[in-house]
Amino acid sequence: MRAAYGATRVLHGIDFAMEEKSITALLGANGAGKTTTLRAICGMVRTEGAIRFGGQPIAGKRTEDIVRLGIAHVPDGRGTFLHLTTEENLRLGAYVRKDRTNVARDLERVYAYFPRLKERSHQQAGTLSGGEQQMLAVSRALMLAPKLMLLDEPSFGLAPLVVRELFAILRTINTEERVSMLVVEQNAAMALDLADHACVIETGRVVLSGTAADLKKDDAVRRSYLGY
Amino acid sequence: MDALLHQVLAGLATGGIYASLALALVMIYQATHLVNFAQGEMAMFTTYIGWSLIQAGMPYWPAFFLTVGIAFLLGVLIERVIIRPVEQAPVLAVVVVFIALLLILNSVTGWIYTYTIKTFPSPFPTQPLFGNRYLSSHELGAIGITLVVLFLLYAFFRFTPLGLAMRAAAQNPESSRLVGIRVGWMLALGWGLAAAVGSVAGMMVAPIVYLDPNMMGGVLLYAFAAALVGGIDNPMGAVVGGFVVGVLENVLGAFVIGNELKLSVALVIIIGVLLVRPSGFFGRTQVTRV
Repeated sequence: MRAAYGATRVLHGIDFAMEEKSITALLGANGAGKTTTLRAICGMVRTEGAIRFGGQPIAGKRTEDIVRLGIAHVPDGRGTFLHLTTEENLRLGAYVRKDRTNVARDLERVYAYFPRLKERSHQQAGTLSGGEQQMLAVSRALMLAPKLMLLDEPSFGLAPLVVRELFAILRTINTEERVSMLVVEQNAAMALDLADHACVIETGRVVLSGTAADLKKDDAVRRSYLGY
Repeated sequence: MDALLHQVLAGLATGGIYASLALALVMIYQATHLVNFAQGEMAMFTTYIGWSLIQAGMPYWPAFFLTVGIAFLLGVLIERVIIRPVEQAPVLAVVVVFIALLLILNSVTGWIYTYTIKTFPSPFPTQPLFGNRYLSSHELGAIGITLVVLFLLYAFFRFTPLGLAMRAAAQNPESSRLVGIRVGWMLALGWGLAAAVGSVAGMMVAPIVYLDPNMMGGVLLYAFAAALVGGIDNPMGAVVGGFVVGVLENVLGAFVIGNELKLSVALVIIIGVLLVRPSGFFGRTQVTRV
């Protein structure tokens, strides 16, 4: 897969596969093309090459239609609807679903994962703290009852304690809801602890991939991304 | 005192009409951050459609609802065909498109219906309702219909999933796409609703100002003033602003500056608000984390 913003080539040949129901981490320095990879999967940038989801080609489809296949994106910057309430944000996550009773049940389930959101359900989302907004973004994605979640820097701007809490919940969600996850992270150590598999991207190319455990032992990865 | 009360109440009646049109302006503004200068002419054009239907022998209320439906479709069509292609264009280009739309609708109406002033029927009895001495039944009816429209819109945006999706699309198009909302259609729907609300305003004001292709010029100016008083991004504010401007216009016109200078009230309000409080009196206080 290749992608570009206008005339600027960002991805020069990203090629990787994900296992169903597993967590894959995308690692790489700033500007390596991690975010662009996620945006390409969602049809938010123009791409060349093939992207397949469950055997079905999705490259070139509209974002709105890709969402309907069960791919939920937790975007860079969290994508909160700042002027709507927390609960309205969550209801929007389930916008494409028609099964109302299940949506009501999922709302309760999301509140069980993140009790803080329940406390703030009628509060304007713009007034939530950064950590709460990140929880809201993850919850909004969950409301889709997705098959695949794309998480763009879930740890960004959060206190280490909050990050640990969030990653623990992500792990729980992965096992309990049987959702596959593709996580982009700067925090490589945390990401490798969370993920089953990982790919390292450098300047728009996959340079290394394997199980998270193998990558943790790899000398180059350790020096460049783990810093010891 | 009696005369003052009469003027205030009559002001509320026209104020309701300004409120509706101001609301239509705000709805488009929220979605596109642009003021639709053609809003008044769209309302005028659809009012003529209503007139044609009534002339063709249709009873008032069926004609009324059919006109609102046609206005909705027309609004959607205008967004899809005319506004969509300039969506990414610079602001001034879009403003020019709005003005072109204003002129086109105005002259096409004149071409089809001529510029001769026509009367437009009121659905309300000529005898004052409830034996009151202050308001004609049309004025009272116009207030009532305005309030019904406002309530329906409020309920739609507040309580239905589609209304929520439209608010989301206006606020954050990118996130909206990521939850599967078809943002382009939400915009078109917004235009349709605005045109429908405008058509109600047109049909309510036509019995008062008579039907002619230029009838909405003044009304639109008051609606601008109303939207600015309320804060251009606040629907509730626009409604309150509409009533305030209607009353001010009537009272000042009757007792202070005379009827001939009434329109300048709108202009003074516009300039005054922009100078003193550009965000209007109900403009949103933005709560954002940096």
